[in-house]
Amino acid sequence: MLEVRKLSVRHGYLQALTDVSLTVAPGETLAIIGANGAGKSTLLRSIIGLHQPSAGSIRFDGRVITALPPHARVHAGIVLVPEGRRLFPSLSVEENLLVGRSSRRPGSWSLRAVYDLFDWMGDRRQEPTVHLSGGEQQAVAIGRALMANPQVLLLDELSLGLAPTMVRRIYGVLPELVQKGMAVLLVEQDVAQALRIADRFQCLLEGSTTLEGRPADATTATIEAAYFGLAGRTGPGSAA
Amino acid sequence: MNWINAIVQGILLGGLYALFACGLSLLFGVVRVVNLAHGDFAVLAAYLALVVITTTHVPALLTFVIVAPLFALFGYGAQRLIIQKSLDVSPLTTLLVTFGLSVVIQNLLLVVASADSHSFDLGSLISASLRVTPELSIGYVPLMIFVTAIVVLSGLQLFLSRTAMGRAIRASADDQEAASIAGVNTRHVFGIAAAIAFATVALAGLALGSSSSFDPSAGPARLVFAFEAVIIGGVGSLWGTLVGGIILGVAQAVGAQIDPSGGVLAGHLVFLAVLALRPQGLIRARLAI
Repeated sequence: MLEVRKLSVRHGYLQALTDVSLTVAPGETLAIIGANGAGKSTLLRSIIGLHQPSAGSIRFDGRVITALPPHARVHAGIVLVPEGRRLFPSLSVEENLLVGRSSRRPGSWSLRAVYDLFDWMGDRRQEPTVHLSGGEQQAVAIGRALMANPQVLLLDELSLGLAPTMVRRIYGVLPELVQKGMAVLLVEQDVAQALRIADRFQCLLEGSTTLEGRPADATTATIEAAYFGLAGRTGPGSAA
Repeated sequence: MNWINAIVQGILLGGLYALFACGLSLLFGVVRVVNLAHGDFAVLAAYLALVVITTTHVPALLTFVIVAPLFALFGYGAQRLIIQKSLDVSPLTTLLVTFGLSVVIQNLLLVVASADSHSFDLGSLISASLRVTPELSIGYVPLMIFVTAIVVLSGLQLFLSRTAMGRAIRASADDQEAASIAGVNTRHVFGIAAAIAFATVALAGLALGSSSSFDPSAGPARLVFAFEAVIIGGVGSLWGTLVGGIILGVAQAVGAQIDPSGGVLAGHLVFLAVLALRPQGLIRARLAI
Protein backbone atom coordinates (compact mmCIF):
# COMPACT_ATOMS: atom_id res chain seq x y z
CA MET A 1 0.00 0.00 0.00
CA LEU A 2 2.75 2.45 1.00
CA GLU A 3 5.88 2.01 -1.06
CA VAL A 4 9.07 4.03 -0.71
CA ARG A 5 11.57 3.50 -3.54
CA LYS A 6 15.25 4.42 -3.30
CA LEU A 7 14.58 7.57 -1.33
CA SER A 8 17.47 9.98 -0.79
CA VAL A 9 17.15 13.12 1.31
CA ARG A 10 19.73 15.81 1.93
CA HIS A 11 19.84 18.39 4.70
CA GLY A 12 22.15 20.93 3.14
CA TYR A 13 25.50 19.17 2.80
CA LEU A 14 24.43 16.26 4.96
CA GLN A 15 23.13 13.16 3.23
CA ALA A 16 20.41 12.10 5.68
CA LEU A 17 19.01 9.16 3.68
CA THR A 18 20.55 7.17 0.85
CA ASP A 19 18.46 4.86 -1.36
CA VAL A 20 16.08 3.73 1.37
CA SER A 21 13.25 1.49 0.18
CA LEU A 22 10.37 0.02 2.14
CA THR A 23 6.81 -1.20 1.82
CA VAL A 24 4.03 -1.50 4.36
CA ALA A 25 0.85 -3.46 3.72
CA PRO A 26 -2.58 -3.05 5.38
CA GLY A 27 -2.70 -4.62 8.82
CA GLU A 28 1.07 -4.78 9.03
CA THR A 29 3.44 -3.10 11.49
CA LEU A 30 6.90 -2.17 10.27
CA ALA A 31 9.42 -0.85 12.79
CA ILE A 32 12.36 1.32 11.77
CA ILE A 33 15.16 1.03 14.31
CA GLY A 34 18.53 2.67 14.41
CA ALA A 35 20.78 4.91 16.47
CA ASN A 36 20.48 8.66 16.88
CA GLY A 37 21.00 10.39 13.57
CA ALA A 38 20.44 7.24 11.52
CA GLY A 39 17.74 9.02 9.53
CA LYS A 40 14.64 7.44 11.09
CA SER A 41 12.75 10.65 11.73
CA THR A 42 13.85 12.10 8.39
CA LEU A 43 12.34 9.04 6.72
CA LEU A 44 8.95 9.54 8.39
CA ARG A 45 9.00 13.30 7.80
CA SER A 46 9.77 12.69 4.14
CA ILE A 47 6.87 10.26 3.82
CA ILE A 48 4.43 12.87 5.20
CA GLY A 49 5.97 15.59 3.02
CA LEU A 50 7.92 17.76 5.46
CA HIS A 51 11.16 17.05 3.58
CA GLN A 52 11.53 16.95 -0.18
CA PRO A 53 13.71 14.03 -1.34
CA SER A 54 16.60 14.65 -3.72
CA ALA A 55 15.92 11.32 -5.40
CA GLY A 56 13.49 8.42 -5.23
CA SER A 57 9.72 8.21 -5.02
CA ILE A 58 6.90 7.58 -2.57
CA ARG A 59 3.83 5.73 -3.79
CA PHE A 60 0.59 5.26 -1.97
CA ASP A 61 -2.21 3.08 -3.34
CA GLY A 62 -0.40 3.03 -6.69
CA ARG A 63 -0.25 6.82 -6.90
CA VAL A 64 3.01 8.78 -6.79
CA ILE A 65 2.70 11.28 -3.92
CA THR A 66 6.29 12.51 -3.81
CA ALA A 67 5.35 16.07 -4.79
CA LEU A 68 2.19 16.46 -2.66
CA PRO A 69 2.17 18.90 0.29
CA PRO A 70 1.63 17.35 3.76
CA HIS A 71 -2.09 18.18 4.07
CA ALA A 72 -2.78 16.47 0.73
CA ARG A 73 -1.02 13.32 1.94
CA VAL A 74 -3.20 13.35 5.06
CA HIS A 75 -6.17 13.67 2.74
CA ALA A 76 -4.87 10.64 0.81
CA GLY A 77 -4.76 8.60 4.04
CA ILE A 78 -1.30 8.91 5.57
CA VAL A 79 -0.90 10.59 8.94
CA LEU A 80 2.06 11.22 11.23
CA VAL A 81 2.17 11.33 15.01
CA PRO A 82 5.22 13.57 15.25
CA GLU A 83 8.16 13.33 17.61
CA GLY A 84 7.53 15.53 20.64
CA ARG A 85 3.73 15.24 20.11
CA ARG A 86 3.38 18.80 18.77
CA LEU A 87 -0.07 19.49 20.25
CA PHE A 88 -1.57 22.95 19.86
CA PRO A 89 -1.04 24.64 23.26
CA SER A 90 -3.79 27.24 22.89
CA LEU A 91 -6.41 24.62 21.99
CA SER A 92 -8.27 22.30 24.34
CA VAL A 93 -7.97 18.51 24.16
CA GLU A 94 -11.15 18.27 22.12
CA GLU A 95 -10.14 21.10 19.79
CA ASN A 96 -6.80 19.37 19.18
CA LEU A 97 -8.70 16.23 18.18
CA LEU A 98 -11.06 18.21 15.94
CA VAL A 99 -8.15 19.80 14.05
CA GLY A 100 -7.19 16.22 13.15
CA ARG A 101 -10.48 15.97 11.27
CA SER A 102 -9.48 18.80 8.88
CA SER A 103 -9.00 16.42 5.95
CA ARG A 104 -12.63 15.21 6.35
CA ARG A 105 -11.75 11.68 5.33
CA PRO A 106 -14.69 9.36 5.86
CA GLY A 107 -14.29 6.54 8.35
CA SER A 108 -15.21 5.16 11.72
CA TRP A 109 -13.06 7.45 13.87
CA SER A 110 -14.87 10.18 15.76
CA LEU A 111 -14.54 12.03 19.05
CA ARG A 112 -16.59 9.26 20.64
CA ALA A 113 -14.36 6.51 19.25
CA VAL A 114 -11.21 8.26 20.51
CA TYR A 115 -12.79 8.78 23.95
CA ASP A 116 -13.64 5.05 23.98
CA LEU A 117 -10.05 4.16 23.11
CA PHE A 118 -8.62 6.40 25.86
CA ASP A 119 -11.25 6.27 28.58
CA TRP A 120 -9.92 9.22 30.66
CA MET A 121 -9.92 11.66 27.75
CA GLY A 122 -13.63 12.44 27.51
CA ASP A 123 -13.74 13.77 31.06
CA ARG A 124 -10.85 16.12 30.37
CA ARG A 125 -11.79 17.23 26.86
CA GLN A 126 -12.17 20.91 27.82
CA GLU A 127 -8.73 21.18 29.42
CA PRO A 128 -5.77 22.81 27.69
CA THR A 129 -3.26 20.16 26.68
CA VAL A 130 -0.50 21.76 28.78
CA HIS A 131 -2.33 20.42 31.87
CA LEU A 132 -1.80 16.84 30.70
CA SER A 133 1.11 14.53 31.54
CA GLY A 134 3.52 13.47 28.79
CA GLY A 135 1.76 10.14 28.30
CA GLU A 136 -1.65 11.78 28.16
CA GLN A 137 -0.38 14.28 25.61
CA GLN A 138 0.95 11.39 23.53
CA ALA A 139 -2.50 9.80 23.66
CA VAL A 140 -4.08 13.06 22.42
CA ALA A 141 -1.51 13.19 19.60
CA ILE A 142 -2.48 9.65 18.59
CA GLY A 143 -6.16 10.54 18.87
CA ARG A 144 -5.64 13.60 16.67
CA ALA A 145 -3.98 11.39 14.05
CA LEU A 146 -6.77 8.80 14.21
CA MET A 147 -9.40 11.51 13.64
CA ALA A 148 -8.10 11.68 10.06
CA ASN A 149 -9.17 8.03 9.54
CA PRO A 150 -5.74 7.07 8.23
CA GLN A 151 -4.86 3.97 6.25
CA VAL A 152 -1.20 4.39 7.18
CA LEU A 153 -0.19 5.57 10.63
CA LEU A 154 3.36 6.91 11.02
CA LEU A 155 4.56 6.96 14.64
CA ASP A 156 7.72 8.88 15.51
CA GLU A 157 9.35 8.01 18.85
CA LEU A 158 6.20 7.38 20.87
CA SER A 159 8.18 6.34 23.95
CA LEU A 160 10.40 9.42 24.12
CA GLY A 161 10.30 10.94 27.60
CA LEU A 162 7.62 8.58 28.90
CA ALA A 163 7.71 6.25 31.90
CA PRO A 164 7.93 2.54 30.96
CA THR A 165 4.40 1.77 32.19
CA MET A 166 3.05 4.62 30.10
CA VAL A 167 4.96 3.35 27.06
CA ARG A 168 3.33 -0.08 27.46
CA ARG A 169 -0.12 1.50 27.75
CA ILE A 170 0.41 3.67 24.66
CA TYR A 171 1.69 0.75 22.60
CA GLY A 172 -1.15 -1.35 24.00
CA VAL A 173 -3.64 0.37 21.69
CA LEU A 174 -1.73 -0.50 18.50
CA PRO A 175 -2.93 -4.12 18.01
CA GLU A 176 -6.52 -2.89 17.97
CA LEU A 177 -5.70 -0.40 15.20
CA VAL A 178 -3.75 -2.94 13.14
CA GLN A 179 -6.59 -5.41 13.45
CA LYS A 180 -8.83 -2.90 11.69
CA GLY A 181 -6.49 -3.02 8.69
CA MET A 182 -4.39 0.04 9.41
CA ALA A 183 -0.77 -0.11 8.34
CA VAL A 184 1.66 1.13 11.00
CA LEU A 185 5.14 2.41 10.33
CA LEU A 186 6.92 3.23 13.54
CA VAL A 187 10.27 4.68 14.45
CA GLU A 188 11.54 3.77 17.88
CA GLN A 189 14.78 4.12 19.78
CA ASP A 190 13.68 1.49 22.27
CA VAL A 191 14.63 -1.49 20.10
CA ALA A 192 13.15 -4.13 22.41
CA GLN A 193 9.80 -2.31 22.42
CA ALA A 194 9.86 -1.93 18.64
CA LEU A 195 10.64 -5.60 18.02
CA ARG A 196 7.93 -6.73 20.46
CA ILE A 197 5.21 -4.97 18.49
CA ALA A 198 6.43 -5.18 14.87
CA ASP A 199 5.75 -7.82 12.21
CA ARG A 200 8.86 -6.75 10.36
CA PHE A 201 11.72 -4.40 11.13
CA GLN A 202 14.27 -2.47 9.18
CA CYS A 203 17.49 -1.13 10.70
CA LEU A 204 18.97 2.15 9.49
CA LEU A 205 22.59 3.18 9.86
CA GLU A 206 23.81 6.55 8.60
CA GLY A 207 20.87 6.85 6.25
CA SER A 208 20.98 3.36 4.68
CA THR A 209 19.23 0.10 5.45
CA THR A 210 21.66 -2.36 7.04
CA LEU A 211 19.27 -5.13 8.06
CA GLU A 212 15.64 -6.07 7.51
CA GLY A 213 13.50 -9.02 8.40
CA ARG A 214 11.20 -10.48 11.01
CA PRO A 215 12.00 -10.00 14.69
CA ALA A 216 11.85 -13.77 15.25
CA ASP A 217 14.48 -14.43 12.57
CA ALA A 218 17.01 -11.93 13.87
CA THR A 219 19.41 -12.58 16.70
CA THR A 220 20.59 -9.95 19.14
CA ALA A 221 24.04 -10.18 17.61
CA THR A 222 22.94 -9.51 14.03
CA ILE A 223 20.74 -6.61 15.15
CA GLU A 224 23.58 -5.14 17.20
CA ALA A 225 25.91 -5.45 14.25
CA ALA A 226 23.45 -3.70 11.93
CA TYR A 227 22.59 -1.07 14.56
CA PHE A 228 26.18 -0.07 15.33
CA GLY A 229 27.67 -0.84 11.91
CA LEU A 230 29.86 -3.63 13.27
CA ALA A 231 29.30 -5.86 10.25
CA GLY A 232 31.86 -3.97 8.18
CA ARG A 233 34.48 -4.30 10.90
CA THR A 234 34.62 -8.07 10.76
CA GLY A 235 36.63 -7.85 7.54
CA PRO A 236 40.41 -8.17 7.65
CA GLY A 237 41.03 -4.48 7.06
CA SER A 238 39.39 -3.37 10.27
CA ALA A 239 40.12 -6.33 12.47
CA ALA A 240 42.75 -4.43 14.38
CA MET B 1 -16.75 68.34 33.27
CA ASN B 2 -14.32 68.95 30.42
CA TRP B 3 -12.26 66.07 31.74
CA ILE B 4 -15.17 63.68 31.57
CA ASN B 5 -15.81 64.88 28.05
CA ALA B 6 -12.17 64.29 27.12
CA ILE B 7 -12.25 60.79 28.55
CA VAL B 8 -15.49 59.87 26.77
CA GLN B 9 -14.22 61.20 23.44
CA GLY B 10 -10.96 59.35 24.06
CA ILE B 11 -12.80 56.08 24.63
CA LEU B 12 -14.71 56.56 21.38
CA LEU B 13 -11.47 57.37 19.55
CA GLY B 14 -10.07 54.14 21.01
CA GLY B 15 -12.71 52.24 19.03
CA LEU B 16 -11.22 53.61 15.81
CA TYR B 17 -7.72 52.64 16.92
CA ALA B 18 -8.88 49.15 17.87
CA LEU B 19 -10.50 48.77 14.46
CA PHE B 20 -7.17 49.72 12.88
CA ALA B 21 -5.20 47.46 15.18
CA CYS B 22 -7.16 44.20 15.02
CA GLY B 23 -6.15 43.42 11.43
CA LEU B 24 -2.53 44.15 12.26
CA SER B 25 -2.76 41.93 15.35
CA LEU B 26 -4.43 39.09 13.43
CA LEU B 27 -1.89 39.08 10.61
CA PHE B 28 1.00 39.22 13.06
CA GLY B 29 -0.49 36.64 15.43
CA VAL B 30 -1.37 34.08 12.74
CA VAL B 31 0.88 34.60 9.73
CA ARG B 32 3.76 36.19 11.71
CA VAL B 33 3.91 39.09 9.31
CA VAL B 34 4.25 42.70 10.41
CA ASN B 35 2.31 44.48 7.70
CA LEU B 36 4.03 47.85 7.34
CA ALA B 37 1.52 48.80 4.63
CA HIS B 38 -1.41 48.35 7.03
CA GLY B 39 -2.20 52.06 7.33
CA ASP B 40 -1.79 52.59 3.59
CA PHE B 41 -4.23 49.80 2.83
CA ALA B 42 -6.75 51.57 5.07
CA VAL B 43 -6.22 54.81 3.13
CA LEU B 44 -6.52 52.86 -0.12
CA ALA B 45 -9.87 51.50 1.11
CA ALA B 46 -11.03 55.04 1.86
CA TYR B 47 -10.15 56.14 -1.70
CA LEU B 48 -11.87 53.06 -3.09
CA ALA B 49 -14.97 54.07 -1.11
CA LEU B 50 -14.76 57.55 -2.66
CA VAL B 51 -14.80 55.96 -6.10
CA VAL B 52 -17.78 53.80 -5.12
CA ILE B 53 -19.63 56.84 -3.74
CA THR B 54 -19.09 58.97 -6.85
CA THR B 55 -19.88 56.22 -9.36
CA THR B 56 -22.81 54.46 -7.69
CA HIS B 57 -24.12 57.19 -5.35
CA VAL B 58 -24.29 54.69 -2.52
CA PRO B 59 -24.39 56.50 0.84
CA ALA B 60 -20.90 56.71 2.33
CA LEU B 61 -21.77 54.55 5.35
CA LEU B 62 -22.99 51.70 3.14
CA THR B 63 -19.85 51.48 1.00
CA PHE B 64 -18.51 48.83 3.38
CA VAL B 65 -20.87 46.35 1.70
CA ILE B 66 -18.74 46.65 -1.44
CA VAL B 67 -15.33 47.69 -0.11
CA ALA B 68 -14.91 45.13 2.70
CA PRO B 69 -15.57 42.02 0.54
CA LEU B 70 -13.35 43.43 -2.22
CA PHE B 71 -10.58 43.94 0.31
CA ALA B 72 -11.09 40.43 1.69
CA LEU B 73 -10.54 39.01 -1.81
CA PHE B 74 -7.61 41.33 -2.28
CA GLY B 75 -6.15 40.21 1.06
CA TYR B 76 -6.45 36.52 0.14
CA GLY B 77 -4.73 37.15 -3.17
CA ALA B 78 -2.02 39.33 -1.64
CA GLN B 79 -1.30 36.65 0.98
CA ARG B 80 -1.13 33.74 -1.45
CA LEU B 81 0.76 35.56 -4.21
CA ILE B 82 3.02 38.09 -2.46
CA ILE B 83 3.25 37.73 1.32
CA GLN B 84 3.54 33.91 1.39
CA LYS B 85 6.25 34.02 -1.28
CA SER B 86 8.30 36.47 0.79
CA LEU B 87 7.56 34.49 3.97
CA ASP B 88 9.02 31.39 2.28
CA VAL B 89 12.25 33.32 1.73
CA SER B 90 12.61 34.73 5.25
CA PRO B 91 10.58 36.68 7.84
CA LEU B 92 12.74 39.75 7.19
CA THR B 93 11.77 39.71 3.54
CA THR B 94 8.14 40.28 4.51
CA LEU B 95 9.18 43.54 6.19
CA LEU B 96 10.86 44.70 2.98
CA VAL B 97 7.92 43.62 0.86
CA THR B 98 5.24 45.27 2.99
CA PHE B 99 7.38 48.41 3.30
CA GLY B 100 7.66 48.40 -0.50
CA LEU B 101 3.89 48.00 -0.81
CA SER B 102 3.46 50.97 1.52
CA VAL B 103 5.63 53.19 -0.70
CA VAL B 104 3.95 51.95 -3.87
CA ILE B 105 0.42 52.55 -2.54
CA GLN B 106 1.23 56.06 -1.32
CA ASN B 107 2.79 57.10 -4.62
CA LEU B 108 0.13 55.42 -6.70
CA LEU B 109 -2.54 57.35 -4.81
CA LEU B 110 -0.52 60.53 -5.20
CA VAL B 111 -0.40 60.07 -8.98
CA VAL B 112 -4.01 58.98 -9.40
CA ALA B 113 -5.76 61.11 -6.78
CA SER B 114 -3.33 64.02 -6.16
CA ALA B 115 -2.15 65.19 -2.75
CA ASP B 116 -5.48 66.88 -1.94
CA SER B 117 -7.12 65.69 1.22
CA HIS B 118 -10.61 64.20 1.12
CA SER B 119 -13.31 63.12 3.50
CA PHE B 120 -16.66 61.44 3.06
CA ASP B 121 -19.69 63.68 2.69
CA LEU B 122 -21.93 62.44 5.46
CA GLY B 123 -24.37 65.34 5.27
CA SER B 124 -25.86 66.46 8.55
CA LEU B 125 -24.77 63.25 10.28
CA ILE B 126 -21.21 64.50 10.69
CA SER B 127 -22.24 67.10 13.29
CA ALA B 128 -25.20 65.24 14.79
CA SER B 129 -24.73 64.18 18.37
CA LEU B 130 -26.38 62.67 21.38
CA ARG B 131 -26.63 65.25 24.16
CA VAL B 132 -26.01 63.43 27.43
CA THR B 133 -25.56 66.45 29.73
CA PRO B 134 -25.16 70.15 28.83
CA GLU B 135 -21.37 69.70 28.76
CA LEU B 136 -21.18 66.20 27.33
CA SER B 137 -22.40 65.20 23.92
CA ILE B 138 -21.50 62.12 21.95
CA GLY B 139 -21.16 62.38 18.18
CA TYR B 140 -23.09 59.80 16.19
CA VAL B 141 -20.16 59.05 13.87
CA PRO B 142 -17.60 58.30 16.64
CA LEU B 143 -20.28 56.26 18.42
CA MET B 144 -20.99 54.26 15.29
CA ILE B 145 -17.28 53.61 14.78
CA PHE B 146 -16.95 52.47 18.39
CA VAL B 147 -19.92 50.12 18.06
CA THR B 148 -18.49 48.79 14.78
CA ALA B 149 -15.20 48.05 16.53
CA ILE B 150 -17.00 46.14 19.31
CA VAL B 151 -19.07 44.18 16.77
CA VAL B 152 -16.01 43.34 14.66
CA LEU B 153 -13.93 42.24 17.66
CA SER B 154 -16.77 40.14 19.14
CA GLY B 155 -17.49 38.59 15.75
CA LEU B 156 -13.83 37.78 15.24
CA GLN B 157 -13.57 36.30 18.72
CA LEU B 158 -16.63 34.10 18.13
CA PHE B 159 -15.36 33.07 14.70
CA LEU B 160 -11.96 32.07 16.08
CA SER B 161 -13.30 30.17 19.07
CA ARG B 162 -16.39 28.49 17.60
CA THR B 163 -15.82 27.58 13.96
CA ALA B 164 -13.70 24.90 12.32
CA MET B 165 -11.86 27.54 10.28
CA GLY B 166 -11.24 29.56 13.44
CA ARG B 167 -9.79 26.45 15.07
CA ALA B 168 -7.58 25.82 12.04
CA ILE B 169 -6.39 29.44 12.20
CA ARG B 170 -5.48 29.11 15.90
CA ALA B 171 -3.80 25.74 15.32
CA SER B 172 -1.76 27.13 12.40
CA ALA B 173 -0.78 30.14 14.52
CA ASP B 174 0.42 27.76 17.28
CA ASP B 175 2.43 25.42 15.09
CA GLN B 176 2.21 25.63 11.33
CA GLU B 177 4.04 22.37 10.67
CA ALA B 178 1.94 20.41 13.17
CA ALA B 179 -1.22 21.86 11.61
CA SER B 180 -0.12 20.78 8.14
CA ILE B 181 0.46 17.17 9.22
CA ALA B 182 -2.93 17.19 10.96
CA GLY B 183 -4.39 17.81 7.50
CA VAL B 184 -4.77 21.60 7.57
CA ASN B 185 -3.97 23.43 4.34
CA THR B 186 -2.04 26.14 6.16
CA ARG B 187 -1.50 28.33 3.09
CA HIS B 188 -5.24 28.52 2.52
CA VAL B 189 -5.76 29.18 6.24
CA PHE B 190 -3.23 32.02 6.14
CA GLY B 191 -5.04 33.37 3.09
CA ILE B 192 -8.33 33.38 5.03
CA ALA B 193 -6.66 35.10 8.00
CA ALA B 194 -5.29 37.75 5.62
CA ALA B 195 -8.72 38.13 4.00
CA ILE B 196 -10.27 38.82 7.42
CA ALA B 197 -7.45 41.20 8.34
CA PHE B 198 -7.89 43.11 5.07
CA ALA B 199 -11.67 43.30 5.52
CA THR B 200 -11.11 44.92 8.94
CA VAL B 201 -8.53 47.26 7.39
CA ALA B 202 -11.19 48.31 4.87
CA LEU B 203 -13.63 49.04 7.71
CA ALA B 204 -10.91 51.03 9.49
CA GLY B 205 -10.30 53.01 6.30
CA LEU B 206 -14.00 53.80 5.99
CA ALA B 207 -14.07 54.84 9.64
CA LEU B 208 -11.09 57.07 8.96
CA GLY B 209 -12.81 58.71 6.00
CA SER B 210 -16.00 59.21 8.01
CA SER B 211 -14.35 60.78 11.03
CA SER B 212 -11.55 62.86 9.54
CA SER B 213 -9.90 63.87 6.30
CA PHE B 214 -7.30 61.71 4.60
CA ASP B 215 -4.67 62.09 1.90
CA PRO B 216 -2.26 59.64 0.23
CA SER B 217 0.33 60.00 2.99
CA ALA B 218 -2.06 59.46 5.92
CA GLY B 219 -1.25 55.75 6.26
CA PRO B 220 1.99 55.58 8.25
CA ALA B 221 0.64 57.72 11.12
CA ARG B 222 -2.32 55.31 11.36
CA LEU B 223 0.09 52.38 11.39
CA VAL B 224 1.91 53.88 14.39
CA PHE B 225 -1.33 54.25 16.37
CA ALA B 226 -2.35 50.70 15.47
CA PHE B 227 1.05 49.39 16.59
CA GLU B 228 0.75 51.26 19.86
CA ALA B 229 -2.75 49.91 20.49
CA VAL B 230 -1.56 46.34 19.83
CA ILE B 231 1.47 46.66 22.10
CA ILE B 232 -0.34 48.43 24.94
CA GLY B 233 -3.08 45.80 24.91
CA GLY B 234 -0.79 42.80 24.45
CA VAL B 235 0.09 41.03 21.21
CA GLY B 236 -2.27 38.19 20.41
CA SER B 237 -5.24 39.32 22.48
CA LEU B 238 -8.24 40.74 20.60
CA TRP B 239 -9.83 42.34 23.66
CA GLY B 240 -6.38 43.58 24.63
CA THR B 241 -6.37 45.41 21.31
CA LEU B 242 -9.59 47.19 22.29
CA VAL B 243 -8.20 48.05 25.72
CA GLY B 244 -4.98 49.27 24.09
CA GLY B 245 -6.93 51.39 21.60
CA ILE B 246 -9.04 52.93 24.35
CA ILE B 247 -6.03 53.70 26.56
CA LEU B 248 -4.28 55.32 23.61
CA GLY B 249 -7.41 57.30 22.69
CA VAL B 250 -7.99 58.48 26.26
CA ALA B 251 -4.31 59.43 26.66
CA GLN B 252 -4.46 61.49 23.47
CA ALA B 253 -7.75 63.18 24.40
CA VAL B 254 -6.64 63.96 27.95
CA GLY B 255 -3.24 65.12 26.67
CA ALA B 256 -4.95 67.45 24.22
CA GLN B 257 -7.08 68.75 27.07
CA ILE B 258 -3.93 69.72 28.99
CA ASP B 259 -2.20 71.20 25.98
CA PRO B 260 -4.00 71.42 22.62
CA SER B 261 -0.88 70.26 20.75
CA GLY B 262 0.12 67.60 23.25
CA GLY B 263 -2.41 64.89 22.44
CA VAL B 264 -0.31 62.67 20.18
CA LEU B 265 2.72 63.11 22.43
CA ALA B 266 0.72 62.00 25.48
CA GLY B 267 -0.32 58.86 23.57
CA HIS B 268 3.29 58.05 22.72
CA LEU B 269 4.37 58.60 26.35
CA VAL B 270 1.73 56.18 27.65
CA PHE B 271 2.84 53.69 25.00
CA LEU B 272 6.48 54.04 26.07
CA ALA B 273 5.52 53.66 29.74
CA VAL B 274 3.67 50.40 28.99
CA LEU B 275 6.55 49.15 26.84
CA ALA B 276 9.03 49.88 29.66
CA LEU B 277 6.97 48.57 32.59
CA ARG B 278 4.93 45.77 31.03
CA PRO B 279 6.38 44.85 27.63
CA GLN B 280 4.05 41.85 27.26
CA GLY B 281 1.07 44.24 27.24
CA LEU B 282 -1.74 44.76 29.71
CA ILE B 283 -3.90 41.78 28.77
CA ARG B 284 -2.47 38.28 28.64
CA ALA B 285 -3.31 36.51 25.41
CA ARG B 286 -5.89 33.85 26.07
CA LEU B 287 -6.33 32.82 22.47
CA ALA B 288 -3.02 32.69 20.69
CA ILE B 289 -4.15 34.55 17.63
